[in-house]
Amino acid sequence: MSSEAKKALFEPLVANNPIALQILGICSALAVTTQLSVALIMCLALTSVTAFSNLSISLVRNHVPSSIRIIVQMTIIASLVIVVDQILKAYAYEVSKQLAVFVGLIITNCIVMGRAEAYAMKNGPWNSFLDGIGNGLGYSVILIVVGTVRELFGSGSLLGYQILTPVSEGGWYVPNGLMLLAPSAFIIIGLTIWAIRSFYPEQVEKPDFEMQNAHNTSAHGSTGGAH
Amino acid sequence: MSFLRRTLDSIHPHVTDGGKYTKFYALYEAIDTIFYSPGDVNQGRNHVRDAIDLKRVMIYVWIAAMPAVIMGCYNTGLQANQVMASLGVTEVAGWRGDILTMFGIGIDPSSVFDNFWHGFWYWFPIYATVFIVGGFWEVLFASVRGHEINEGFFVTSILFSLIVPATLPLWQAAIGISFGIVIGKEVFGGTGKNFLNPALTGRAFLYFAYPAQISGDAVWVAVDGFTQATALSVAAQGGVDALVSAGFTIQQSFVGHIAGSIGETSLIAIAIGAVFLLATKVASWRIMLGVAVGVLATSLLFNLIGSETNPMFSITPQWHFVMGGLAFGMVYMATDPVSASMTDTGRFWYGVLIGLMTVLIRVVNPAFPEGIMLAILFANLFAPLIDWFVIQANVKRRELRYAA
Repeated sequence: MSSEAKKALFEPLVANNPIALQILGICSALAVTTQLSVALIMCLALTSVTAFSNLSISLVRNHVPSSIRIIVQMTIIASLVIVVDQILKAYAYEVSKQLAVFVGLIITNCIVMGRAEAYAMKNGPWNSFLDGIGNGLGYSVILIVVGTVRELFGSGSLLGYQILTPVSEGGWYVPNGLMLLAPSAFIIIGLTIWAIRSFYPEQVEKPDFEMQNAHNTSAHGSTGGAH
Repeated sequence: MSFLRRTLDSIHPHVTDGGKYTKFYALYEAIDTIFYSPGDVNQGRNHVRDAIDLKRVMIYVWIAAMPAVIMGCYNTGLQANQVMASLGVTEVAGWRGDILTMFGIGIDPSSVFDNFWHGFWYWFPIYATVFIVGGFWEVLFASVRGHEINEGFFVTSILFSLIVPATLPLWQAAIGISFGIVIGKEVFGGTGKNFLNPALTGRAFLYFAYPAQISGDAVWVAVDGFTQATALSVAAQGGVDALVSAGFTIQQSFVGHIAGSIGETSLIAIAIGAVFLLATKVASWRIMLGVAVGVLATSLLFNLIGSETNPMFSITPQWHFVMGGLAFGMVYMATDPVSASMTDTGRFWYGVLIGLMTVLIRVVNPAFPEGIMLAILFANLFAPLIDWFVIQANVKRRELRYAA
């Protein structure tokens, strides 16, 4: 595998994560993560759409006039989403009911559009395909983290198997109701971003302004207290 | 005291640059400044001299909360003892009973002494837990990030212990304060940079995470399995008539002999705290006035509109003031100088927004009986925007004045 292909596949996992660094695709990350199993299906759907839309768009990239490229990309993405939606309805009807409108909304997911426009329009089909897989997996990493935390602490189970028995069923665990509400996903994503940026300090944005430290007592760079 | 000074000075080289224990500088600094005024001075020409520094502001709020603590302990014990007397229970269950027996304290509801100590052993464990867990986070962040340990934490911990029901499980108190301190304050850079009130952030977390232990009818009186509706939930059922027939009176609520969160019930205690805060100019009277105006105007408006189906419409303003946590929130929470608006005009409108939202949530939102917590958090978010409008208005006025 060439270095470019490796970069396309692995960089979006953590170092250039579509959710954690580019802050794209947040809405579905909030909506489908109360249960891990639903989140996994969503990851699968989004990864395949991103991969194949990148592949197809990369194949036709030299034949599409620049003025209508967005509408061509939309058509390709929409067709792929419909295919995924139909497959889910045929083979995983229960899950597709729980995902409801969010599979359809993959069309508007910024990650898919963003990769098509930013990567597939400029690179070859193979690398574009890998880039789609990579970004889909990057999205999946965050969804799995969020889904695991929310299902484990919100209902005491993982993938439907009871791990922490709630008090209502004779166990000791008091389920955390906040985890079943959408805002908890925001908090978990925020904490994940915090963790990632502790390992990759170069991801931290420059502050908008600096506070003047007139009272110089910080542990580092102090000239020593003048008692 | 020179022994203490010498000891501290001998530690000093070890915790500053080049020393072995620079990680503990924050802890050293905190202890040092509790005993001595810091000797560091500004190098430039401008030097504001003001006796009222952050440390004193925060300690003043802590002192101002004391009447609410004392009345809260007394009332928690009173409520429990009254119920136990009426149920014919003669012994306090669990370790609290052991402590009370050890000191020979009875459970006579007519004895102020008995009531206070019974309630104290509900409030104190919560406060101790909150203080220790919150202090751990505070010291951890101060050490890692190299900022000072801040006295804002004293205020957060005491206020948090007063806005929860006496029966709150201690592990929930620990989780609540952790969320409040870390997510409500430290992730944004610590005291002075938080845009939400940390104590209320922690309480809101518990409110949504564990609603069964912090709302409803079963948690307010510290007797197992005993349910007692709060004034607000009675009012939501049948308005003023239901309040009166359930035995609530304005006077009783004013003194604080009603069920509720530990520190919120007694208006007298809160009023003493308010006078202290206003006299020392720690709290802004504009915010308190704004809240009062907001509550008065909104509740009078609802009285005027009236409703056939919702009895909360007919609740008069004086009832709004004595029920629930409105007074406590108005005096101690809304006036938090960090999360409130910074301009004088802005402070008033910030208060009005809190008053308006509180009554709005109480009256028209059937899901939440009390509105002050969410109203203050909501207004916290709008405080910078309010300031922006005030400053823009000022800019416009000055432009007009100096127009050629």
